[in-house]
Amino acid sequence: MTATATVAAPAPNPDPPSTAPKPGRPHAQKFVNSLWILPPLLLVGGFFLYPLALVVKQSFIAKDGTVGLGVWRETVDSPQFTDALWHTVKIAVLSTAGCLVLGFFLAVVLAFVPFPGARLVSRLVDTILAFPSFLIALAFTFLYGTAGVVNAMADELGAGQPLVGFLYSPWCVIFAEVTFYTPFVMRPLLAAFALVPRDRLQVAASLGAGPWRVVTRILLPEAVPALAAGGSLTLLLTLNEFGIVLFIGAKDVTTLPMLVHAKGAVTFDYPGACVVAVVEVALSLALYGLYRFVFSRTGAARAGVVA
Amino acid sequence: MNAGATKPASAAAPPRPAASVEDAPHIAGAAETAAGTGAGVPAGPTPTTPPAIDITGLTVRYGQVTALEAFDLQVARGETVALLGPSGSGKSTVLKAVAGFLRPTAGRVRLTGRDVTHEAPNKRGIGVVVQNYALFPHMRVADNVAFGLRARRVPRAETARRVAEALEMVGMAGYARRYPRELSGGQQQRVAIARALAIRPPVLLLDEPLSALDAALRADLLGELQRLRADLPDVAIMYVTHDQTEALALADRIAVMRDARLVDLDATDRLYRRPPSEFTAAFLGAANLIPAQVVRDCADGAGDAQARVGALTVPADPARAFRAGETAMLVARPHTLGIEAAGADGTLPATLTGSQWRGATYRLTCLLDEPSGVEVRCDVATMDGVPALGQPVGIRLPADPCVLVPTGTQR
Repeated sequence: MTATATVAAPAPNPDPPSTAPKPGRPHAQKFVNSLWILPPLLLVGGFFLYPLALVVKQSFIAKDGTVGLGVWRETVDSPQFTDALWHTVKIAVLSTAGCLVLGFFLAVVLAFVPFPGARLVSRLVDTILAFPSFLIALAFTFLYGTAGVVNAMADELGAGQPLVGFLYSPWCVIFAEVTFYTPFVMRPLLAAFALVPRDRLQVAASLGAGPWRVVTRILLPEAVPALAAGGSLTLLLTLNEFGIVLFIGAKDVTTLPMLVHAKGAVTFDYPGACVVAVVEVALSLALYGLYRFVFSRTGAARAGVVA
Repeated sequence: MNAGATKPASAAAPPRPAASVEDAPHIAGAAETAAGTGAGVPAGPTPTTPPAIDITGLTVRYGQVTALEAFDLQVARGETVALLGPSGSGKSTVLKAVAGFLRPTAGRVRLTGRDVTHEAPNKRGIGVVVQNYALFPHMRVADNVAFGLRARRVPRAETARRVAEALEMVGMAGYARRYPRELSGGQQQRVAIARALAIRPPVLLLDEPLSALDAALRADLLGELQRLRADLPDVAIMYVTHDQTEALALADRIAVMRDARLVDLDATDRLYRRPPSEFTAAFLGAANLIPAQVVRDCADGAGDAQARVGALTVPADPARAFRAGETAMLVARPHTLGIEAAGADGTLPATLTGSQWRGATYRLTCLLDEPSGVEVRCDVATMDGVPALGQPVGIRLPADPCVLVPTGTQR
């Protein structure tokens, strides 16, 4: 007790700790914090929104300077535009369907059928995701072109005329897009399949289900979220695909991105190109909205897809 | 279900050539098993009725790793055989090979006489229940149970009837419209069992079905399984577990496995009461193994056998023939040992080193003075009269002769 009594009381600190809250400080801090939003806002605004706004504005100004809906009416009514829109949607939908079927099949094989080199193939799938799309078109030209590998071999064997002649058809564009975009479906599928317990499939088999039934009744329902997410993404990407269509150079195949290119860089019809570009952006945004909707509703996030 | 104090022995396993080497597994044949328990014999294979499951020389290797080595087992119709062993002993590998989930490197699997070694799982007609239930999450309970029937193209009305019957059997009739995620673990496992039974399989394989459940649920479901067993008199059940309680409660026979091999196989109560090896004695019932010396030559089961432990000479029940002077292990279950004051007549001198309250009993740990360093566990109902930790005590062996097993079979 004595010891306690003799301990000197601490001297009062004349300066309060610097961490003590000061009146009005939170507002100042809030203001400073809110400044962090400026750099990204300036970037998005300056490099994306402003040019986009200029494109939208330009779409309402005719070559002679008249402001109105004239350019829109003229462009949208043209058979060229209708044809491009039709081709764009057709190629995108068919490519996506092809990617879904092929991607599901390949993902099932890679995930559930053990074979030597499965891991290597899986890594190759990842590699394709990093390639530029036009490389596929270029490879197709080397393979299936008039003087390509396949036709050269066919000629060697005495087939005479070019055996494969689909390179310049819309089907080749679809084929190339399926080849390039299938990994975009496979990646989320493989992630989803990695979460499916093998016991579940084995028990299904023990109950009398053959491989087809196991795939359609057990695996497919498990894969729906990943298929929806991968499919939506693929549809979005194929809708805007430019490189493959340009490199293949398929006869009479004009898509919306090609039409923008033709109007903007070939015929110098900037207002017309802007109209098509705005339609393309609207279509993409609508699809992206659908993609996000599907993603959030189906819980595709759990399937390992990065949104 | 045959659970109870006495278990009927099975006539499933035919007698095999006797292996005289110490490491050879002890495999009780039908006659031996029946005689050992003195109990009745359930329906088993006769010369005209082949075993429900007949496994011969089953070997599974993954490259250099052997998961299962020359495994033999027969399970009769209506019999439950538990495969008991530590993790990695190969018990689940046996089950997977029987179910067709993996292809054996060698050996044969026959189901009711039909060779199914190379048959696909969906052709075997086996019911399988696994640890994590493996219910189909996108299907309702009724659809899960109906899955096997639909795969077999059973008519719709018959499917509905059998689904209701299977759910009724496991007490889940009121849950048909629920999804698996809306059920507890125990309920999900009940549905998994109903799903396996709905196809009316002659063989049911259960792979650690209670492992994922908490202790209370496990006890409940164990009782359910016992009741269910009684309702399925013709179904052969192979039950994989590492839990001796489940094996003792459910199995007619237990196959003890270790390091990819079958160690011992016998009727449940006989294997427990008279384990043939160190490993089985320790694994099944956590028996104490006390080094002893055989006093005189004795035959398997000889009534006049004696063993010396320290300065004490006690009667013993030899699990095989021994020679005088040979070192062996006395098997003493913790609950059969008594703790007395140090120096009491006929007790083994030891030092009390630990005590653990287990609710109904106290588990005492003692170190024997001779042979020194041997730890002995002893269960007592009360600590009254038990000396303090670190004090000398006397350990009294049970009045009945302890089983004497050969050394070197624990590893």
